[in-house]
Amino acid sequence: MAATATAPGAPTTRLGKQAVEIDDRLIVAGPLRRTLNKVFPDHWSFLLGEIALYSFLIALLSGTYLTFFFDPSLREVVYEGSYAPLRGVEMSAAYDSALNLSFDVRGGLFMRQVHHWAALMFVASIVIHLLRIFFTGAFRRPRETNWLIGVVMLVLALLMGVTGYTLPDDLLSGTGLRIISAIILSIPVIGTWAHWAVFGGEFVGELIIGRFYIAHVLIIPAILLALIAVHLLILVKQKHTQFAGPGRTEHNVVGNRLFPTFAAKATGLLFIVFGVIAGLGGLVQINPVWLWGPYNPAQVSAASQPDWYILFLDGSTRIFPAWDINLPGDYTIPALFWPTVVVAGAMFTVLALYPMIERKLTGDTASHHLLQRPRDVPVRTSLGMMGLTFYLVLMLSGANDVFADKFDVSLNAMIWFGRLGVIVLPPVVYVLTYRICLGLQKHDREVLEHGIETGVIRRLPHGEFIEVHQPLGPVDDHGHGTLAYGGAPVPKKMNQIGGARRAIRGFFSPIEEPSQVELEQRAEGRGLAADESRELTSSGRPSEGGRPSEGGRPQAPQD
Amino acid sequence: MTTHDTRPGSSGGADTPGPLYGGPDEDYTPEQLAAMPREDLDRLGARYDGVEILHVDPGPEPGSRMEKRAIRQVGLVFTLAGLFAFAFVVVYIGSGWFFPDWQWEVTDRGWSALFTPLLGLTMGLSLFLVGVGLVLYTKKLLPHETAVQDKHDGSHFDRVTTGATLVGGLHNSGLARRKLITRSLGFMGGGLGLMLLMPLGGLINNPNTGNPLGRTAWAEGVRLVRNDGSPIRPGDQEPGSLETVFPAVPGGNRQSDAATMLIRLRPAQLAEARPREGQDDFGYGDYVAYSKICTHAGCPVSLYEQETSRILCPCHQSQFDVTQGAKPVFGPATRSLPQLPITVDDEGYFVARADYPEAVGPTYWNRERI
Repeated sequence: MAATATAPGAPTTRLGKQAVEIDDRLIVAGPLRRTLNKVFPDHWSFLLGEIALYSFLIALLSGTYLTFFFDPSLREVVYEGSYAPLRGVEMSAAYDSALNLSFDVRGGLFMRQVHHWAALMFVASIVIHLLRIFFTGAFRRPRETNWLIGVVMLVLALLMGVTGYTLPDDLLSGTGLRIISAIILSIPVIGTWAHWAVFGGEFVGELIIGRFYIAHVLIIPAILLALIAVHLLILVKQKHTQFAGPGRTEHNVVGNRLFPTFAAKATGLLFIVFGVIAGLGGLVQINPVWLWGPYNPAQVSAASQPDWYILFLDGSTRIFPAWDINLPGDYTIPALFWPTVVVAGAMFTVLALYPMIERKLTGDTASHHLLQRPRDVPVRTSLGMMGLTFYLVLMLSGANDVFADKFDVSLNAMIWFGRLGVIVLPPVVYVLTYRICLGLQKHDREVLEHGIETGVIRRLPHGEFIEVHQPLGPVDDHGHGTLAYGGAPVPKKMNQIGGARRAIRGFFSPIEEPSQVELEQRAEGRGLAADESRELTSSGRPSEGGRPSEGGRPQAPQD
Repeated sequence: MTTHDTRPGSSGGADTPGPLYGGPDEDYTPEQLAAMPREDLDRLGARYDGVEILHVDPGPEPGSRMEKRAIRQVGLVFTLAGLFAFAFVVVYIGSGWFFPDWQWEVTDRGWSALFTPLLGLTMGLSLFLVGVGLVLYTKKLLPHETAVQDKHDGSHFDRVTTGATLVGGLHNSGLARRKLITRSLGFMGGGLGLMLLMPLGGLINNPNTGNPLGRTAWAEGVRLVRNDGSPIRPGDQEPGSLETVFPAVPGGNRQSDAATMLIRLRPAQLAEARPREGQDDFGYGDYVAYSKICTHAGCPVSLYEQETSRILCPCHQSQFDVTQGAKPVFGPATRSLPQLPITVDDEGYFVARADYPEAVGPTYWNRERI
């Protein structure tokens, strides 16, 4: 079919002709259209994972920049850079290059801080994303694989952080490395062998920074990138979950098409995340390594805390009792082993296996694409809150010396608070959460049955006062609503069902025609008296001030 | 599409699809498609992808005040983003040229202390505003459509046909019958796997040769020196004070296990001192020397509160009582800090009488055995 100028549908514009040229070679029009037409559900909490992705992107970009200047070596050098207080001090080449990066590279400090903030943001958004997935049940079949990949990525993100903040070899990071060394040593049977394999000998040796560096810039990011790709491919393949709502079923996705709405919003979010991290990186100082000084095994500063995501392990280590286990044959399982390797291992194992555990316990093996509201699954929600409380008490204990110092309480009291709190608080929170979930469930049903409180009090002829309720749907003979709960939020305020008309737009003066808005609202059935004809007062408000009138209202409950 | 090549096999654009071609081009002729307006084409394609546009809320009416205001807003935000981006460039290249130097001085309160914050402010605002502009654009100027896409469960047809292909391939390979091949493949896989893992053996070193964890640089007659290398006499320290000392060997002050605390006890502390069993003579007069490396996780224990005779490790808050042989009295540490036996040499300077009698630093599996 030789194309001629008269062929129907043949592009006439230059751009169109080029598009045809490309499609002749790559045959992409079909897949591209399918991609552009893909529907994404719209909810703010679905953006949390995107924030993690974008933070990772920034960490990759800024980290690549840092590698141009950083020297991952423990070779001893004497600092001669422009930071006067440390001039002439012996230090490792790693710390020296971190200082040069901060003081002698134009914009280097900015990039270093951007990198650190991006890393913090990355882990934080992963954790919040994970909580959203957990509490809404998005991990259920068929998405267990993606949950598992997510947990693995969280662990990798933590490893990324640990290997990253060790690199500058300042006093704080060296202290952290010392503790990492002690944790590896504490592993029963293979501890010393593992330590010799990781450090190449006794602490600290000369290899560890180089090894952590290659893990930090190549090995872990490569695995993370691969897992992110799989995570997203599975997401696209399985389609995103959605909350229950009008028209939403287990077999469809309601929302916006990728192009242009979703793409524009996602790009907007990308830039907002970039902007926030860049702002933090410039305006909020983080890890000022020049204040800590070079690492020296004989020195330490008070309030030596890891980055926030490792704080829970520091806390568990602080509150764990002094329980060495001495085995026959003079072997020892050090106390340090339990709060670090075992606690972290157990936490992440339970987390990774949770979808399987829940499936086993509930016997629910069906595929789910509609999300649950946390209140509708009180056991899971309470378990989650319980785990979160456990985690938060550990995290708080990781900073117990700072609390003791700032609030002038005994450090030993803080430690006992942690020791008791980690056992007592989670069950208390479980019970409380369970009660709150049930309360919220009951209230939803109450509103469905009796209607929304309008705030309008009526006096009945015999003197009784009642509040008028607005039913949400058809009512039975007793005035009770007949709508069943469908897993979607139940409106509880008159405004949510169009009880009030929207404000007329415009800041200094109205930019809409008030009467036009009134007509539009009436057409939509908004406003309580939309079905009646209302007189407009001169201010553009209805004469009764928009308050619900008695006409057409449900009569007082009959029972 | 034209071709000037007339050789056989080069049919140019005159190629005709085979009988299995199929696809939407058979359902819709170019003429039919050309007759459809763009909106219908969009919806037709969407339907083809299982997407239905339920409802479109058109954006503001063209030319209305609403639209004009939204355009002004979005334009303003994008302009500001550009302005801040240029401000970043000016700050970045201007420092040290027409602005003061960006490099930080210890005393500096001026431009160079502002350099990094300004970079963050300008780049942050610029990128943030780009994002805000895009969101405003989507919310205020684009039509809001609600689309619904069907979700397909796994297809039985696909499963059966794919299964047939896979099983057929496996059957044709005859692996189920040809046992020699499967067995040799298994043998080969195991061998190859092991072989590829072997180089990791380079990481393995024996930690038990020469007892590196149990020894330090301390030995009989090694002087206790300060960080600057100066030796210490009894009487240099006030009662109740603590000093960090190192072995007088090259690099002794950089070794991770040698740092030691030399403590001069107050008379009151001395009176109630109860050293560990068999270590009564490890001190010298009112002086005692303990390892500075915490027996919990290896941090240097540093905070000495002499009123309570306690040494606190700032990492995990283990507390040791120096009057009771540095026994742990609170926190996660389980073992006392090892005590260094000390005396004075002929010139009156502190020296060690021997290495620590036990391993310093964190506990490990076979610590008691070596």
